[in-house]
Amino acid sequence: MSGRRIVPIGPYHPLQEEPEFFKLIVEGETVVDLEINIGYNHRGHEFVSPELTYDQVPFLVERICGICSNSHPLACVLAIEDCAGIKPPPRADYIRSVVQELERIHSHLLWLGLAGHFIGYNTVWMWAWRYREHVLELFEMITGNRNHYAMNKPGGVRRDIKTEQIPQILAVMDVVDKKVMMLTKAVLDDPVIRSRLEGVGVLTREQAIAYSVTGPTARPSGVDIDVRRDDPHCAYDRVPWDVIVFNEGDVLAKTKARLFEMMESTKIIRACLKDLPEGPIETRVDEVPPGEGIGRTEAPRGEVFHYIRSDGTNRPLRHKVRAPSFMNIASNVVAVKGGSIADAALTLAAVDPCYCCTERMAAFEDGKMKLSGKDLLRLSWQKTERIRERF
Amino acid sequence: MKDPRIWGLKKSPWVYHLAAAPCNNCDIEILELLTPRYDVERFGVVLVGSPRHADALLVTGVLNRKSLPRVLEVYEQTPKPCLVIGVGTCACGKQIFRNSYNVVGPYDKYMPVHAYIPGCPPKPETMILGVVKALAKL
Repeated sequence: MSGRRIVPIGPYHPLQEEPEFFKLIVEGETVVDLEINIGYNHRGHEFVSPELTYDQVPFLVERICGICSNSHPLACVLAIEDCAGIKPPPRADYIRSVVQELERIHSHLLWLGLAGHFIGYNTVWMWAWRYREHVLELFEMITGNRNHYAMNKPGGVRRDIKTEQIPQILAVMDVVDKKVMMLTKAVLDDPVIRSRLEGVGVLTREQAIAYSVTGPTARPSGVDIDVRRDDPHCAYDRVPWDVIVFNEGDVLAKTKARLFEMMESTKIIRACLKDLPEGPIETRVDEVPPGEGIGRTEAPRGEVFHYIRSDGTNRPLRHKVRAPSFMNIASNVVAVKGGSIADAALTLAAVDPCYCCTERMAAFEDGKMKLSGKDLLRLSWQKTERIRERF
Repeated sequence: MKDPRIWGLKKSPWVYHLAAAPCNNCDIEILELLTPRYDVERFGVVLVGSPRHADALLVTGVLNRKSLPRVLEVYEQTPKPCLVIGVGTCACGKQIFRNSYNVVGPYDKYMPVHAYIPGCPPKPETMILGVVKALAKL
């Protein structure tokens, strides 16, 4: 035998909040291969969804993930609206954008804190999460809950943003801007953080395209994609903002991209609140005719995609979900290869993986794994090839 | 005097966070407890990395077929007596996932559960209250 050793991470590991399993294959200190095994979190959303009515489905998809708990319902209601052929009133569009961007700020601050925790710099964790609390307070004020906001419904939003709430939101945005600037300076200037992040876990542009990564995993690698700009929905085409793209592809670039994205988010929120149109916040949806609809939006981790097929009743016939982490996690295999084992935890976390979003299936027998990750990849590739042959 | 093991459990409980199949939300809120706003470490509550050090297990999410054997293994590794506290509506009952094919029975079918903290997710204050109540019951 050569000097190959296996280092298991998970399913229950102190660094992870969710159960997932990584098998690092190492030679000395260098990681030479990675096997990913997920499925511990599969709850069967796509099976439960057709049993619920269109009003209830957003509540279910909200519980796919606790961090993207506005992106999934938003994509879902966009799919339902696409199927029913209705447009929400402009005020609802703006409110959706505000909540979506607030979610992006809270998710990126959460990731930043966890990244600090992973490199053993707990001060960053505590500071980032302290400022995240302000955003959660805003959520409680606007939607009534710290997480799981229940803002979206087919045809509009459930709650209005009142005029007297706007100054408070703007005040928190000022705090967020100031503190994000502080954290950006800390990341860029601190030699300790810089040396832990620079050149670690590099994902090149070609690899990013080959692995179809999305969101803040693709943009730091020089892939200029953003669903908010490429497929305009809500109020994103009505307010000014920029897509943040870097070319390095390492963890430092991913950190910088997320920090700058937070500043873009505050810009969007300010602009949305400035020209918040008057009017109703929902249109009535009487029926969803037979047909299909798709909805996609930019979650904090990348593009989230929902597909709804309707047969004219009040329940979906088929509901398909594709979350951004589904592609992003697979790119770990190339990002982690050749790096040191000490950087592996950070590299695995750098894509901001969300396993509960991703788990659409699980294959096992009597609690034991039936198909390994490689088997599932092979099956998936075979299916892709079959589809390609048809066209 | 009562059982010294229980006496020892009541001061500075060390908790292990065990996510069965959650949506991540209760888990994040548990981590939130450690950060400056709530900071439960001042009461001696520490999140530990190994179940062998744990006085209390905070379980979140529904139990599914793949996570069940692992959850039971972690539970067996904890020193007894060990408090088991179900956090969140999913842990209290199966709720919205009750009809799912992959979700197996409630926690108390497989292990003794001492307290349930409902909420989706419960606020951090509620979690502190739940742990305090569970400890007071001992």
